[in-house]
Amino acid sequence: MINLTRVRRDYSSEVRIGPVDLQIPEGGITSLIGPNGAGKSTLLTMIGRLQGLDDGVIEVAGYDVSRTKSHDLAKILSILRQENHFITRLTIRQLVGFGRFPYSRGRITKADEEIISRSLDFLDLGDLEDRYLDEVSGGQRQRAYVAMVLAQDTDYVLLDEPLNNLDMKHAAHTMELLRRAADTLGKTVVVVLHDINFASAYSDHIVAMRDGEVVAVGSPQEIMQREMLRRVFDMDIIVQDMHGMRLGVFWTPGAPVRVQS
Amino acid sequence: MAELATFSHGPTVPGPPPPGADPTPRSHSGPLPTTAARRRYRIVLGILIALAVFFGFGLLAWDNPMPFGTPGFWVIAEMRVTNVIVMAVVALCHATATVSFQTVTNNRILTPSIMGFESLYVAVQTAAVFLLGAAGVTFFSGLKQFVLLVVIMVALALVLYGWLLSGRQGNIHVMLLVGIIIGGGLGSVSNFMQRLLTPSEFDVLTARLFGSVSNADVSYFPVAIPLVLIAAGLLWARSRRLNVLALGKDTTLNLGINHRAETMRVLFLISILMAVSTALVGPMTFLGFLVATLAYQFADTYDHRHIFPISALTGFVVLSGAYFIMKNVFYAQGVVSIIIELVGGSVFLYVILRKGRL
Repeated sequence: MINLTRVRRDYSSEVRIGPVDLQIPEGGITSLIGPNGAGKSTLLTMIGRLQGLDDGVIEVAGYDVSRTKSHDLAKILSILRQENHFITRLTIRQLVGFGRFPYSRGRITKADEEIISRSLDFLDLGDLEDRYLDEVSGGQRQRAYVAMVLAQDTDYVLLDEPLNNLDMKHAAHTMELLRRAADTLGKTVVVVLHDINFASAYSDHIVAMRDGEVVAVGSPQEIMQREMLRRVFDMDIIVQDMHGMRLGVFWTPGAPVRVQS
Repeated sequence: MAELATFSHGPTVPGPPPPGADPTPRSHSGPLPTTAARRRYRIVLGILIALAVFFGFGLLAWDNPMPFGTPGFWVIAEMRVTNVIVMAVVALCHATATVSFQTVTNNRILTPSIMGFESLYVAVQTAAVFLLGAAGVTFFSGLKQFVLLVVIMVALALVLYGWLLSGRQGNIHVMLLVGIIIGGGLGSVSNFMQRLLTPSEFDVLTARLFGSVSNADVSYFPVAIPLVLIAAGLLWARSRRLNVLALGKDTTLNLGINHRAETMRVLFLISILMAVSTALVGPMTFLGFLVATLAYQFADTYDHRHIFPISALTGFVVLSGAYFIMKNVFYAQGVVSIIIELVGGSVFLYVILRKGRL
């Protein structure tokens, strides 16, 4: 379980995140949704201790992220940002191998190699493992990063907008994989998403944020309501039931305008 | 609550493959994954060692008026050995410092010289001549002064890094920018003072400011060599952490390394190497950049454990080769930096244009 108590981060007197009180349950996929600047990514990076907090406590599996040694946390939670640009030239397999660093400290053992192979296979990267990262497509690169996070073998996996820059097929494929990681590997996946329909169709819980605060927490059924989406996004979105899923038709002309009048 | 240990091999990894499936051997995740890569690395290492020995020995023996093996030969060789040692020290400093610096800054077109070490050196030397006249050059020689110069440079670096990286918005790019501005400012001050010098004083100063191995003094060795060996050794020992640092701040934190503390440690070691080298022979702006860039091409791996030896050897080959050619072909020993920048720059352009990437 991830537990946030009065978490706050100040940017200026007007702009700040929180105070946020939130509980993210164990297992399944939890999506953070909300408009730009709502503080989704900031909240996620604070849980993943990439940013400090100004006040409050974040506990992951009972460990306080600001006090637990970074080295120990790396075996409990892993976090993947959307931008991963670096100068080193690595093969996909070498990148995934870095996921074992918290255990191997850079000396990769036979057992590590096996885990790396399994992570690669889980993401269908077995055939591409010796390709360099600058030789593969954006979707394959994204999958390689997810494989690295899986090789890190943590119970909690945090992903910041993993669908950015992916086409429909790769986006759906990524969500499918995350669903599989949650179901078959028992991971707790927390993910920042922009597309409410991906959030609705694939997650177990949705956390809706706006202006640095949590507006609502609930199941896709509870969040995907016309009134709720109006409160979160300032848009009048028609929500329909389709094959047992709640889907919002946010791309229809007039959706952002109707709410103003 | 679960113990930490249980997380490491819990049931959360994708399960083992079903028995009988996929018995084909997989490749490795190590720094040199294939046999071909390992062979290539060993050949490159061998060639560099051979070249290093050739130039090193060539500097001692070439043009030696006494026949090889006679006592007289060794007397002359011993006089020349100082230069070879200085080259080895400088090569190790610049190669190790630049590779590490490019890793922590995540940028392959920077060199640690950008942090103002060289402009500080130039400013101190210029100020000495400006205030004391031609005697000022001798004022800044001697072991005590050497140590003082190193301490000042390391202290400046520490203050700068510590101040700029410890803030809440601690940002390596702001630190670099401030470093460049300080460097530029010191450069202008030196330039201004140089304008006011008499031509003869200026001449004396210029000789001092050209990076040259003959600037070095044997009496600095007892301090300089252990200092360089310890700093370079510590960086080498941190190789595996440097590999992670090269993946950027977020990934480093995710993998459980305290990014800020690790960056500070590495920058501290870099500042020692740069300070010693600069105080020993003067500015060599281009050397580290050239050597690091070539070393990445030669080593062709992400692993610092493999890059460091290649880069140090490349540095020595470049320095000693340039010195050898200047001395025995152009009869113009001393001004090594000129040939390094000319030949090194051409080699660098050739490699980049051919491979098309850094």
